[in-house]
Amino acid sequence: MATLELHSLTKNFGATSILKSLDLTLASGEMLVIVGASGCGKSTLLRLVAGLETPSSGRIILEGEDITNRDPSKRDIAMVFQNYALYPHMTVAQNMGYALKLRGEMKEEIARKVAETAKLLGLGELLSRRPGQLSGGQRQRVAMGRAIIREPKLFLFDEPLSNLDAKLRVTMRAEIRRLQQRLAITSLYVTHDQVEAMTMADRLIVMEAGRASQIATPMEIFEKPANLFVAQFIGSPAMNILQPAEAAFANIPPNAVIGIRPEHVILDNNGLQLLIDLVEPLGAETLIYGTLASGQRLTLRRPGGPPGVTTLQVAFPQEALHLFDSVTGERL
Amino acid sequence: MERRTLFPGKLLPIALMVPQLLLTFIFFLWPAGRAIEESVTAANAFGTNTLFVGFDNFTALFTDSQYWSSVGRTLFFCAAVSLVAMSFGLLFANFTDRNLRGKNWYRTFLIWPYAVAPALSAVVWVFMADPQIGLIGRYLGPNWNYGLNGNQAMGLVIAASAWKQVSYNFIFYVAALQSIPRSLTEAATLDGARGFTRFRTMIWPLLWPTTMFLLVVNLVYAAFDTFGTIYALTGGGPAGATETLVVKVYEDGYIGNDIGGSAAQSVALMVLVVALVSLQFKFLNRRTAA
Repeated sequence: MATLELHSLTKNFGATSILKSLDLTLASGEMLVIVGASGCGKSTLLRLVAGLETPSSGRIILEGEDITNRDPSKRDIAMVFQNYALYPHMTVAQNMGYALKLRGEMKEEIARKVAETAKLLGLGELLSRRPGQLSGGQRQRVAMGRAIIREPKLFLFDEPLSNLDAKLRVTMRAEIRRLQQRLAITSLYVTHDQVEAMTMADRLIVMEAGRASQIATPMEIFEKPANLFVAQFIGSPAMNILQPAEAAFANIPPNAVIGIRPEHVILDNNGLQLLIDLVEPLGAETLIYGTLASGQRLTLRRPGGPPGVTTLQVAFPQEALHLFDSVTGERL
Repeated sequence: MERRTLFPGKLLPIALMVPQLLLTFIFFLWPAGRAIEESVTAANAFGTNTLFVGFDNFTALFTDSQYWSSVGRTLFFCAAVSLVAMSFGLLFANFTDRNLRGKNWYRTFLIWPYAVAPALSAVVWVFMADPQIGLIGRYLGPNWNYGLNGNQAMGLVIAASAWKQVSYNFIFYVAALQSIPRSLTEAATLDGARGFTRFRTMIWPLLWPTTMFLLVVNLVYAAFDTFGTIYALTGGGPAGATETLVVKVYEDGYIGNDIGGSAAQSVALMVLVVALVSLQFKFLNRRTAA
């Protein structure tokens, strides 16, 4: 497995700028997750690295070699597609062995590797089936197997779990992460799902409109979001954003907006009055949506069941506050 | 999904069906019936007297070496036309599958030959290939004369017939290529396949159902719909070198006035059409069921 460096990588489609000068370094064996809303350029970034798109400027360095202009078939990069892109006219075994066959490996060698990979992924009985006869989860596994078997320098994942149902997604998420760590696969993983991003990443890139808003570990991003966009994008339910008008805030610069996560709001008999307008019990915890006297909306996340009241007194601990510049949105 | 429309009464549905049924009857069922009837009769030269002869016409036909050589010629002609027309259709479809400037113009032009009447397309080819006045033919030297050389004539009718059918194959191959998900070819590329290897191992197998369908359509076209082109180009000559089965039916029936023998040939052809078309239906059904 290898290191990957991107140097001011830029992509424009005509006059539209999709990716704005991205710099990035991936350590060997690292799982870097790219998260962002649709249209933020995260898939384009992946396709640039794969060579399926040509960058407008910038360089891509894989394992010390400049591969910016190399044909995608010669980059030794494997990609797992959102729709899996399994070859419908080939069996599972042929799907997995395709790249090896093209590389000119011996038949026995291919058969041995296919069997090995199939065992690793629990695909043993499915080897002679065609993709059309497989379930979603099985297809996902075959797509993984097809990538793993090549032992490529780099793995690219393009929203690989988005076509699975919620339950399977959780299982496959853990499975992919386990495999990735065990085989120490250097990976770029694109998703729009922030839970996937948080749970799978060694490091995370939050992208917004073609720019990397923040590159850090998931916990750093959660605890110290670099700007308002990141603050509201990561964390569910999203962070509360309040204007400093509330009397409860002392010593807040006038040009700041305040962020506080729903789980950090506390109950306090001397606090502000919150009029509850919706309660969502989730079992172990409850989400409470309400309005403050100033008219600002607030979300709370409380352990246990519904409170059984229509108003609450809430307070905001000083140490849990995030301050952002009200104009630029940058963290203060 | 099944769609049904219910009409009140019986008059309207009947009125709606009559034109189509009438067309089918007048131009298909009636002539076919007459052909079967005539294939078992023999008439004198003026058609004033007909005689029931049973299967004599067929016996005469199947023991006629000229008939069998026409069968062989037709098979060769069909295979050549299908091969040429399909190869070029696929080639052009592959060209337009890339992002070319003026792709839509190119596609429109390629579809035009299909709209040209067979006899007119033959005229176009005469203008190109004629040894004296042809745009290309006049430069091909003294050995080029498809009016005398059977092989050259055969080559010419194959080219002209295939040219008309390229459009049809082109449209189907374009559609088939577009229905191949992009991610599939991208995955193959990342797996290390490029150029012809990628075509052979990935695209060609995925085009296979379309190819099978087109093969039947092309064979039927070459066997039955090329009469106009061949007749206008060479009239079946020289010395019968381009006389395929449909041309022979016309020659024997209308020129040779052997109505019974010609009708027997038509019936034999009819059986062949039925066989080919039922093969096609069987294949289409399997495709939609899969």
